[in-house]
Amino acid sequence: MARFLVRRLLSAALTLFAVSVLSFLMFFALPRDPVSGMCPKNCNPERLERVRQELGLRDPLVSQYAGYMKGIVTGRDLGSAQGGRCDAPCLGWSYVSNEAVSDTIARVLPVTLSIVIPAAILWLLLGVGLGMVSALRRGTWLDRAAIGFSLTGASLQLYFVGAVLLIVFVYNLRLLPVPNYTSFFDDPLRWASGLVLAWVALAFLFSAIYARLSRAQMLETLSEDFVRTARAKGLAKPKVYGRHALRAAITPVVTIAGLDVGGALGGTVITETTFGLNGMGRTAVDAVRSGDLPTIMATVLIAAVFVVLANVVVDLLYAAIDPRVRLG
Amino acid sequence: MSLSPVEGVALAEIESSGDGDAPREKGFVGRSPGQLAWARLKRDRTALVSGAMLVFFVLVALAVPLIEAVYGVGPKEQFQHRLDGFGMPLGYAGGVTGEHWFGVEPGLGRDIFIRMVHGLRTSLFIAFAAAVLTAGIGVTLGTLAGYLGGWLDTVINWITDLTLAMPFLIIALALMPTVALRFYGQREAVPAYFQISVLIAIFALFGWTSTARLVRGQVIALREREFVEAARASGAGLGHMLFRQLLPNVWAPILVSFSLAVPQYITSEAALSFIGVGLTDETPSFGRMIYNSLDYLQTDPAYVFFPGITIFALVFAFNLFGDALRDALDPKSSR
Repeated sequence: MARFLVRRLLSAALTLFAVSVLSFLMFFALPRDPVSGMCPKNCNPERLERVRQELGLRDPLVSQYAGYMKGIVTGRDLGSAQGGRCDAPCLGWSYVSNEAVSDTIARVLPVTLSIVIPAAILWLLLGVGLGMVSALRRGTWLDRAAIGFSLTGASLQLYFVGAVLLIVFVYNLRLLPVPNYTSFFDDPLRWASGLVLAWVALAFLFSAIYARLSRAQMLETLSEDFVRTARAKGLAKPKVYGRHALRAAITPVVTIAGLDVGGALGGTVITETTFGLNGMGRTAVDAVRSGDLPTIMATVLIAAVFVVLANVVVDLLYAAIDPRVRLG
Repeated sequence: MSLSPVEGVALAEIESSGDGDAPREKGFVGRSPGQLAWARLKRDRTALVSGAMLVFFVLVALAVPLIEAVYGVGPKEQFQHRLDGFGMPLGYAGGVTGEHWFGVEPGLGRDIFIRMVHGLRTSLFIAFAAAVLTAGIGVTLGTLAGYLGGWLDTVINWITDLTLAMPFLIIALALMPTVALRFYGQREAVPAYFQISVLIAIFALFGWTSTARLVRGQVIALREREFVEAARASGAGLGHMLFRQLLPNVWAPILVSFSLAVPQYITSEAALSFIGVGLTDETPSFGRMIYNSLDYLQTDPAYVFFPGITIFALVFAFNLFGDALRDALDPKSSR
């Protein structure tokens, strides 16, 4: 177990290293002049040159990269124009918003977390529940309704569903406020009412996929010998379905869920744009529009960290859920 | 040459299709797996309906110049006289008239129908081109990795994991302007064909991994079979092994993954245009239209529905057809 964990973490670290190198090259080496995009409107050549100096763009790429990485681990000193000392998870300085990138992230990450975590709980419960029920009630109207729901949901687009939800619940029925973010710790009720449409839209689309997947998996598992054996030795139905079949059926669902949740934590770009919420995704989009390289780089890295960590968690969950999986 | 496994399945299928003795009386009718799948597909009502919808969409996309000539309105023409003083379309449902079937855009007053027809063509072109490219790359690398194994397999697997760890939307988002900046200056206009090719390239770059994974798994399962061994023993070269022995046995899952990849690229293209990279306002596209419509949800709700429902219908038809195709090609799957 410990050996597996170490190996898994090492390979995760290797992947993250590769992602960081790739994105670094992509954003700092590929453009003709990375600075011209990130300079505020009235820029003269001297200021451009100073920005280049401060960012260290005249240094060789390797030492630029090493400096960036050192900043993340131990913090580093940036020029006085970049706010001076930049503490431990230092992701650089944004000339566009004139603040340390880590401050921006600290502001917008809670928004994305508040969107994704409740939505993920909703879509997993709804999706897996629906898939289970329709597999156990195969061929009934309930099953057919669930199939119809999942086929429709899998083809719908978030921005369209979001727009329809906005038209109905905000602009016509006026049941909900225009989506906005309030900190959970300030006012849980406003936090929920401002985000509930985003949760519903995400949960609707994702649960469709999960319902479909878990239904197929459950049907396959139910036809396996060990389920029949469990029934034959006299176990009650709920116990067979809940403890034996579900465990075996849910492993692929866990894989996909890990990828989806990990991906979503890095920024739900479409959701945030549709509902006008300012999370990681919106920040990334705005950074791209204004050519704010340090912020783009930081959002990509954080998104990758979430995906890679989610994969590690999935691998560990596997062993916990399905005793047939051997680690090592 | 020994019997390939797919043919074996096909024979078994004929023998076990036990509705009466009809096939036995006629004797064996030699039918290829393709013919069997085609026969099953023709019996499937969902497949027929979704297939007809797809044919319709493709025909519309191919006939764009013709439709434009008959309809008599171009995608860039503005009809300001159809708007009121606030730039909102006159009349009901976003200004739907006999002249403007889906109404006009608020603000600029361009015709929505003809812009959607153009958007459909762009969207289908990008999706098909990207799907063909990804299938090509994925199949080649997947068969190579599965058949040869060893270090090549390790490398390809690792690249796959790496690609999965990259946040696709954000990378694509960041890559689009960077690449455009590399070839065109800050102020130069980037032509539409360039944006379209970059989009296709990005999709291909990120999309081949799933096909490669799928094909690799299939090839690994086939690698140790007798017919492969027999071919190898009789001295077949690598090309012959890959393309004449292995590929014919995995075309079914490749076809299914292709047909399910197309709607994915349609949505990805729309999503990228929606967040404002991808295609600019010059090139009509569904994602862009829906993004523009967000400002008018309160005042002109009809605007979001035309592109929204069309893209839903398009993706829905593709998904249904892909599922039906999977069922037809793999009768054992319970979906």
